[in-house]
Amino acid sequence: MPKDNGIGASSKRREDVRFLTGKGQYTDDINVYGQTYVHFLRSDVAHGQINGIDTTAAAAMPGVVRIFTGADFEGIGGLPCGWQVTDRHGEAMQEPGHPVLCQGKARHVGDPIAAVVAESAEEARDAAAAIEVDMTELPAVIDMAAALAEGSTKVHDDLTSNLCYDWGFVEENKAAVDEAIAGAHHVTTLELTNQRLVANPMEPRVALGDYNAANEEHTLYTTSQNPHVIRLLMGAFVLGIPEHKLRVVAPDVGGGFGTKIFHYAEEAFCTFAAKAVGRPVKWTSSRSEAFMSDAHGRDHVTKIDLAMDENGKFLAVRTDTMANMGAYLSTFAPSVPTWLHGTLMAGNYTTPLIYVNVKAVFTNTVPVDAYRGAGRPEATYQLERVIDKAAREMGIDPIELRRRNFIQPDQYPYATPVAVEYDTGNYEATMAKLEEIGDIAGFAARRAESEARGKLRGFGVNCYIEACGIAPSNLVGQLGARAGLYDAATVRVNATGSISVMVGAHSHGQGHETTFPQVVAEMLGIDESMIDIVHGDSSKIPFGMGTYGSRSLAVCGSAMVRATEKIINKAKKIAAHLMEAAEGDVELANGQFTVAGTDKSVAWGDVTLAAYVPHNYPLEDIEPGLEETAFYDPANFTYPAGAYCCEVEVDPDTGKVEIMSFAAADDFGNVINPMIVEGQVHGGLAQGIGQALLENCVYDENGQLLSGSYMDYAMPRADDVPCYVVDHSCATPCTHNPLGVKGCGEAGAIGSPPSVVNAVIDALHSGGHTHVTHIDMPVSPSRVWQAVHGG
Amino acid sequence: MNLTGSREIAAPRAEVWAALNDPEVLKACIPGCQELTGSPADGFEATVVQKVGPVKATFKGAVTLSDIVDGESYKISGEGKGGAAGFAKGGADVSLADIEGGTELSYDVEAKVGGKLAQLGSRLIDGFAKKMADQFFERFQVAVEGPDEEDDEVTGDTPEEKKKGWLKRLVS
Repeated sequence: MPKDNGIGASSKRREDVRFLTGKGQYTDDINVYGQTYVHFLRSDVAHGQINGIDTTAAAAMPGVVRIFTGADFEGIGGLPCGWQVTDRHGEAMQEPGHPVLCQGKARHVGDPIAAVVAESAEEARDAAAAIEVDMTELPAVIDMAAALAEGSTKVHDDLTSNLCYDWGFVEENKAAVDEAIAGAHHVTTLELTNQRLVANPMEPRVALGDYNAANEEHTLYTTSQNPHVIRLLMGAFVLGIPEHKLRVVAPDVGGGFGTKIFHYAEEAFCTFAAKAVGRPVKWTSSRSEAFMSDAHGRDHVTKIDLAMDENGKFLAVRTDTMANMGAYLSTFAPSVPTWLHGTLMAGNYTTPLIYVNVKAVFTNTVPVDAYRGAGRPEATYQLERVIDKAAREMGIDPIELRRRNFIQPDQYPYATPVAVEYDTGNYEATMAKLEEIGDIAGFAARRAESEARGKLRGFGVNCYIEACGIAPSNLVGQLGARAGLYDAATVRVNATGSISVMVGAHSHGQGHETTFPQVVAEMLGIDESMIDIVHGDSSKIPFGMGTYGSRSLAVCGSAMVRATEKIINKAKKIAAHLMEAAEGDVELANGQFTVAGTDKSVAWGDVTLAAYVPHNYPLEDIEPGLEETAFYDPANFTYPAGAYCCEVEVDPDTGKVEIMSFAAADDFGNVINPMIVEGQVHGGLAQGIGQALLENCVYDENGQLLSGSYMDYAMPRADDVPCYVVDHSCATPCTHNPLGVKGCGEAGAIGSPPSVVNAVIDALHSGGHTHVTHIDMPVSPSRVWQAVHGG
Repeated sequence: MNLTGSREIAAPRAEVWAALNDPEVLKACIPGCQELTGSPADGFEATVVQKVGPVKATFKGAVTLSDIVDGESYKISGEGKGGAAGFAKGGADVSLADIEGGTELSYDVEAKVGGKLAQLGSRLIDGFAKKMADQFFERFQVAVEGPDEEDDEVTGDTPEEKKKGWLKRLVS
């Protein structure tokens, strides 16, 4: 019988009760007495010199409280970048300023030039339209190659060029890699684009700043995945507010996908302006603003070479990538194309020699940063696409070619040539599971059936591996992170035995409020309904680095386990006292403390009551109360991995691709709540399929955002995705965290795009279109049709 | 976007040229033009109301004539700011040639939009610009050739019925 409590139970998501009944409390639902509203006047040119801003007419309009321009932020800090990458010559990356409001220049469409604070959102918007900006439009640089060309217009006049960094990894291996490729039996080369995406969480960003002049305390309510990180970045680097005077609250957040990790100008503005005008200031993004102010994702252009011997054994991988940073460095932008990307280029394989070159480029576009997967989808896509092409060129079955190169189960811990050490895994097991659940043996019959209907059916497969559980602080510190990446939890046991757990992770769709209590319930042997999670408020939780990089359970969950272990140790001391037994003989199971070899027992609630009503209590040895905090810094990344496959039908007349089936065999290590894990995979797959078939953020040559609404930016809909078959039974538990968990939040988005594109290429080959070796994402009908017809 | 085309006008070249330099004619022919003041030599100030896809805006800006070859060709360019809607700018190289029975007017139009107009209306810009150019030269032809009572189709692209009457009054 399946469990109905604790680890392994598919407990229903308790947060859904409020989300599905309209009782969620999102940032925009919060209103503070006396609040004002801000509207940002944003640049409608990609690059412009601001000669003057006349706010006279706007200031006289109804309801206007105050108008801010860049001049109001002179001497105020800019938005900081949290990661410094060192280039292949040992030089620090070029790091431009990132003002809250434009200082003299606008550098992308959407760059905020001025801000109107008014009594209502409508009055603020109307007044913003009356601001006269005298601006000289400058040539914009949009294309990365053009931006790197000699003599290109510079996005930042104070930098030497548009090159942020030229990163080589591992630089010492470059010569050996070049040599191996030059002398290899076969080299497969692929040039591809991992297109720019917009994250599009259902809830747009919102910020509400409040200031209490009596005690000089600031409060920022914001749509964030990591309120403590915002407190740190904004307090220390932008506005100079000490931690004890700055509270950051991120209540219910309607989806993040990475884009709500970062510290944004609007957060700093609302916090600053609330003090300046003496009233709360609220900003709610429109969907149009979200398209031009939320950090975008991906946007890599890559050339990859894969060298093999005559048996298809991988000898070397070399990649050459341009990564778009946009106009400014968003919070973690520099780390995405480097340490979250280059370190994964070994994939699931024993390739001995790898060299990754990444040139990060400034352009007059919205900044690019982490989006679900962040660097790992880009690594997986290029590697698994080039392997697929290699299999075709070598005449080897694509699954067989991968099998020949898998890291074997007896090779762990496995040190890759790109600096990471996989602790555990079993890629053969997930591939075998995939063959079963994807009914790969039955593909030929399904293809024949499709062909009978005039459709081309293709099969695509890929593996993936990711580095999650971000991250060991000492390691990332060496790699340029300007923060530690541990996490923290406080377990507060109340007198009657109920528990509040304050966690540094932030739940914005992941289901922490359900899964975290399952862990504590399992450890104590009590019902999970006795436990609640508190998160998202810097004044309520001890500390936290937030939720991204599939780190919540592996890092914060581990902190919670450590804190709960402390609770158990103390509770055993109390129980030993109550039962007049030796502490070492006390056992805890099913919510009962017992003494081994006797019939003595006390219940969980007896012990917790004693801790708060210490009439009979070992006060000379331990303090009353039952509350413990733990910080946890992981020893390594975790390495979820798996094998995915996809079947598509291509209509040869129209180029339309339909996904017929998608199967995913994942190794997430131990799983707390199988239903929630499956849901996470489903969501990731939808986003990966969205990237593969539909989504594309497009600028014109002048830097105008052409895909700035849902009329032009195609999000996946229910009928674009199939009924998935997913499995996570091939678990190799993580060896270095107490739960043996690896993380599951990003896998679907990382692992799915290559399978889809591989399947489309396979379908076209089956129809005789063997000249088509690659189609860039999104694989739209027009692109397929043009590829087939040589357009 | 770029657009080229030509039109045969049943009027002598000098007459067509004069019309191309007449603010009243230009005002009548620029679709959505509410106001046009100034002169060919000093340039014009124009107010134009237009709707591109879902974005309707009042554009205020300058219209200038340049590269003038008297009686033969000029470049007409305009740049309008539409406030929250963004901006539109563009120009047309217009040239005249004598043909049998009148004058051939050739044009080469370039148009650019920015801000919300580009964000929401980018797919519609090409069609919009073509429509604007067609309307302009249709109206211009009518303005020069005089009213054609038989042909109500002249203003077929104009969305608002009332403009028909307005146009006829103007050209009669």
